[in-house]
Amino acid sequence: MGVRVGLPSLFALLLGPVALAQSGNMNLPATVTAGSAFSIPTSGSGSGVLYIVGPDQVIRRSVQLGTAVELSASDLSDAGHYVAALAANGTVDSGQFDVLPAAKAENLNFIAVPSRVPVGQHNGINGTAYVFDTYRNLITTPMPVSFALSGISGAPQSRTAITRNGVAWTSIDSASKQGAAKFVAQAGDATTTRIIQEVPGDPCGLTISARPDGKRISVETAPVRDCSGNPIPDGTIVTITETYKGSLSTVDVPLKKDIAQVDMPAYNGATISVASGVVAGNEIHWNGGH
Amino acid sequence: MRRFALLSCALAVAFPVLADQPSVQVESPDLHGSRQLEAQTQAAVVRDYLESWQSLAAAFEQNQASLLNADFAGVARDKLGAAIKSQARLGIHTRYQDLSHKLQFVFYSPEGISIELLDTVEYDEQIFDGDKPVATQHVSTRYLVMFSPAEQRWMIRLFQTDPAS
Repeated sequence: MGVRVGLPSLFALLLGPVALAQSGNMNLPATVTAGSAFSIPTSGSGSGVLYIVGPDQVIRRSVQLGTAVELSASDLSDAGHYVAALAANGTVDSGQFDVLPAAKAENLNFIAVPSRVPVGQHNGINGTAYVFDTYRNLITTPMPVSFALSGISGAPQSRTAITRNGVAWTSIDSASKQGAAKFVAQAGDATTTRIIQEVPGDPCGLTISARPDGKRISVETAPVRDCSGNPIPDGTIVTITETYKGSLSTVDVPLKKDIAQVDMPAYNGATISVASGVVAGNEIHWNGGH
Repeated sequence: MRRFALLSCALAVAFPVLADQPSVQVESPDLHGSRQLEAQTQAAVVRDYLESWQSLAAAFEQNQASLLNADFAGVARDKLGAAIKSQARLGIHTRYQDLSHKLQFVFYSPEGISIELLDTVEYDEQIFDGDKPVATQHVSTRYLVMFSPAEQRWMIRLFQTDPAS
């Protein structure tokens, strides 16, 4: 039963049986499920006004005392704490009750980040799921949420987490092969899918070779790949540096079809090195191509 | 800016004690999530949350949903705004006076875009039909509040009582 602060009984004692017959009382439920029909029985005679007021919904209804006020399934759908007041013939009976979320998960608000992730990242993908009923009430009763990540290679990864305060989250490793992966969260019949682009990681085993080309040196990388063998995207910058007698010459070259190529001045005794991002590759000491 | 009385606080947040303001108690976080919640973030969320009660109270008393815009977004803004619209249509307004807040952070999402806190709150709710007061109730309940960061503050995206647990 809801909390009640009513004075009709006191009025009845003070004013006698006529007032008793006209004042209104109501019998509130303690809790109601969102979107459920329910009734509020009233006593007394004559007419009154019923107010149901909360931060989420407001109802004002003329009522006939002595009958039950019928509230349909669509009347109160927002979970919350409500104050009810029945005003009739100068008296007010008031109380409180709660509307609770419906039990069935209907919507999942699923946030998956990042949307692009390098391959082979331990716990590199985070998923957070918020479970709502059909009325956009967060369901706070604990319930399992399953998360599954499936890509173009490898076995799908799955996790199950129990919601707490309406939220469940997980972290999952990114796959070893690049491509689009489906990240699915499911609670009951509610499912939401996000697409995660798994992209190559940093270059791995970055190497260059050099050959004479007239008065210059043609420097070329081997096909640049990450540590899982995924080709690094075209356009990724490879930096080639030539050091000779204290002078430095640096060229930034975008990868094209997995390879970066550039011509450098040919100095016997020069050192040529390669790097991409934070990854350093091999060095070549040029001695005329011998 | 309104100031808030503070009974005890796990944060280094100074709220001067004023007799006519709500008391505020912030308990140690009980986080469900992998991300650390820094003290400055907690303080900012608490500050913004307490201010949001003023916005809510003003909006429901004046039946002006636009007063919610600075503090509420998403589902919370939609539902509160709809209730204010109903109030205005029915000729009702409501006076909310928060008296005390006992706050506890319970979730900070791994990507840092969602924070949840529980507020065991006491407030007075007074219903007016036109200018006539109908009823006043002292309410003691618990709210589950979800925030996400906006440009300058933490916005409330979910504002829902959670009496069951």
